[in-house]
Amino acid sequence: MTALAALIRRDIKIALRVGGGALIGVLFFLTVTVLMPFAIGPDLAVLTRLGPAILWLGALLASLLTLDRLFTADHEDGSLDLIVMGQTPLELACAAKALAHWLAAGVPLIVATPALGLLLNLDASATSAVALTLLVGTPALTFTGMIGAALAVTLHRGGLLLAVLVLPLSIPVLIFGVAASQAAITGPLSFGTPFSILCALSLVSLVIGPFAAAASLRHGLD
Amino acid sequence: MRLSGRQISCIRGGRGVFAGLDFEASSGDVLAVVGPNGSGKTSLLRLIAGLLVPAAGSVLLDGGEAERTLPEQAHYLGHRDALKPALSVRENLSFWRDFLGGAAGDAEQCLTAVGLGHATHLPAAYLSAGQRRRLSIARLLVVRRPVWLLDEPTSALDTAGHKLFVGIMREHLASGGIIVAATHTPLGIEARELRMGGPA
Repeated sequence: MTALAALIRRDIKIALRVGGGALIGVLFFLTVTVLMPFAIGPDLAVLTRLGPAILWLGALLASLLTLDRLFTADHEDGSLDLIVMGQTPLELACAAKALAHWLAAGVPLIVATPALGLLLNLDASATSAVALTLLVGTPALTFTGMIGAALAVTLHRGGLLLAVLVLPLSIPVLIFGVAASQAAITGPLSFGTPFSILCALSLVSLVIGPFAAAASLRHGLD
Repeated sequence: MRLSGRQISCIRGGRGVFAGLDFEASSGDVLAVVGPNGSGKTSLLRLIAGLLVPAAGSVLLDGGEAERTLPEQAHYLGHRDALKPALSVRENLSFWRDFLGGAAGDAEQCLTAVGLGHATHLPAAYLSAGQRRRLSIARLLVVRRPVWLLDEPTSALDTAGHKLFVGIMREHLASGGIIVAATHTPLGIEARELRMGGPA
């Protein structure tokens, strides 16, 4: 347990320090959302209708932005070798790394959502619906994205590959995340149905992600 | 305790690196792996560390802890230092102490032992190559593991650092440890040579 706690603490510390990726994600999220009203135009009704989709897209791309470094950084400086050799099962170590990434890069996105909702003419209930769906949906993005990050370790310059590998996997999360937010804002669908599926997607990825990532790391070590 | 390999073959990228290699080392032994570049010294160390899978043969550790695998009882000191530039010297070492677990020592003491006692708060980004190596060596001290796999351990060390490291190795051997070191320069300690052939 201390090993996993140490790993999580270390990764969060690195992400929050100078050169870490945590704030870059939020900054990117902010940029995408701020630019949208300029591109779409000042039609408030349209902005409200598109708001949840824009926030979700921004959060998706922002969480992918820093995910490709999840394992490559450790691979390049040799830390990954020692993590593989450790007594901690690699699956748990992968899960810990993903959790740390989510805490450092995912949670700030959720915290920023209310402020950004204002820019998209979303009222308080709509914003909290989006924030809630992001809260249960972003872990799924991180844990499925981790599989791509592990595959990218063996390939130099795998950053773009990560996007190609991970984006199709994140489509279901995007669909149900936006559907749940829309349902809460405009109806007619009940909020519970897409929201439950979103929760299910997150839980499935929490289980599959660490195993798939660990298997690909073991296979790819050289 | 006895570390032995029997008839090990290693294939990397479809190319045979070495084949039919035997070696043996007991408690208190230093095995110096020597040979030209590309003869498979690093591959052998990574193979013992469980980071590569042998194409044939096996590596065994007799007399170690029964419920721990060989990689879990070995320290691997590779070319890359496994240090995070954003973390301080002490944070880097404390992380590996907590992560590797087992019988752990005091980080401060180990840093003093490798001559980094004055730089514990410095971010690792500011360390020189020799200081980075010293910090990696501190990792060997902070968590007690019987088998040390060292890849060019003395590269970048100055004369004083080298002397310090020889002392550290002697202490490890005296406590029943095993050292397997790939090296081009003399280690400064009496060692049995394991000569690797030229590129196959």
